[in-house]
Amino acid sequence: MAAILLDPLAALGRATLGACRTLGDVALFALEAVSHLVRPPFYGRLFWAAFVEVAWFSLPVVALTAVFTGMVLALQSYTGFARFNAQSAIASVVVISLVRELGPVLAALMVAGRIGASFAAEIGTMRVTDQIDALTTLSTNPMKYLVAPRLLAATLALPLLVLVADILGVMGGWLIGTLKLGFVSAAYLKSTFDFLQTGDVISGLVKAAVFGFIIALMGTWCGYRSKGGAQGVGGATTAAVVASSILILALDYVLTEIFFAQ
Amino acid sequence: MSGALPKIRMRGVKKAFGPKRVLDGVDLDVAAGQGMVILGGSGSGKSVTIKCILGLIEPDEGVIEIDGVDVLKLPRREREALGDRIGMLFQNGALFDSLPVWENVCFKLLAQNRITRAKAREKAVEVLAQVGLAETVGDLSPAELSGGMQKRVALARAIAAQPDIIFFDEPTTGLDPIMGAVIDGLIVDCVKRLGATAVSITHDMASARRIGETAAMIHKGRIVWTGPAGNLGHSGNAMVDQFANGEREGPIQMELRR
Repeated sequence: MAAILLDPLAALGRATLGACRTLGDVALFALEAVSHLVRPPFYGRLFWAAFVEVAWFSLPVVALTAVFTGMVLALQSYTGFARFNAQSAIASVVVISLVRELGPVLAALMVAGRIGASFAAEIGTMRVTDQIDALTTLSTNPMKYLVAPRLLAATLALPLLVLVADILGVMGGWLIGTLKLGFVSAAYLKSTFDFLQTGDVISGLVKAAVFGFIIALMGTWCGYRSKGGAQGVGGATTAAVVASSILILALDYVLTEIFFAQ
Repeated sequence: MSGALPKIRMRGVKKAFGPKRVLDGVDLDVAAGQGMVILGGSGSGKSVTIKCILGLIEPDEGVIEIDGVDVLKLPRREREALGDRIGMLFQNGALFDSLPVWENVCFKLLAQNRITRAKAREKAVEVLAQVGLAETVGDLSPAELSGGMQKRVALARAIAAQPDIIFFDEPTTGLDPIMGAVIDGLIVDCVKRLGATAVSITHDMASARRIGETAAMIHKGRIVWTGPAGNLGHSGNAMVDQFANGEREGPIQMELRR
């Protein structure tokens, strides 16, 4: 009888301890990686390669997501606001929703799928084929060589991607507003910029930088800790995408709370 | 062993992974300039032994000295610097897929900014020639190479920075006997040219006799025999002779893993 009651508690305790251990490991991993960003040698070529991979090659998928999101947002806002004769607010709703919330979150989720998986698979494969051990025997710190440049690249690239996503998303809304909903182009754009504040843009970009860091952290950490051959690398890749997606959504709320309080 | 300071000295090195004790007090001396081969069955602790010396695995107990310096007590920075004197050829080559062959070969020199990229290219051509590879191989990606060529490139990478200790992990695994003999010949030549100390682990007895001057047998995490590599198969130690001659019956019994 006691066992029936205690077994679930024991399982809960084990799960909690496991979660704490994982959290601690991720935190120490992140701290070590960040510490390498300020200590030479620096691998500029690797940083640039990772930056191009994140910023340039993610651009098409992020751009398409942003344009269609802006278009859908304009249509949906029109459907709702028309019931209150508040159609004129569509432009401001589109721009504020995109810049503060949807731009950073959707771009980050797209990049998490693309880059988080790619980092985890690449580093995971290096782990299971002894390439990470080989780095160590070649007097090269794998954290400095593999992790730090990717963390910096994603942290800097995401805000740029989000800036582009914001602009394209607003253009998507503007296209629908002017071509389908009958808005005058100049009036739509004036309404867009009248309501947009610098703080809105900055909060979105800060979110993007945090999300970029999280995507790279989870991708590199899952890859670095992978083991067990192809199956292990597959598991690491899935874990990287799932963990970074969940963290993006959770941290989005936390950051929104912080910005909202201000 | 003479009274001279060994290049590598291990005493009482123990390592366990969870409940499984892999090294159970390894004692081993490798003389400077000597080619030592470590033999042992799968799971006997050969790879863990050299990974402990390389600093890839931290032992639970024991002493590991290189040139009389206890490497386990060295500060991290000095221990990393020790790596400059060590080369390693991994079992599967462990070449970096994202880099062309020439960058793989001169990786250490480039990573430490000891050489410009232009000079590294020239140096790579020179080292590739030492392992019998043409200049054109330098521009290929590791994925475009055969198993034998990958081993040669891995050997070139191991010797490019002119280390004074080189480790070889199963250097002939996966190669046909002729290519295995070629790789062994290159290993002996390169080690002799550098005047380096070489530690190899292998299952391949022909390879062990070719590249080793001395041999050590590890069983259940302990060194159970050391002696001249030429004596393998008729060493007088039943365990070593059973292993070297590939006999089914003998003191080493296959253990069923649960």
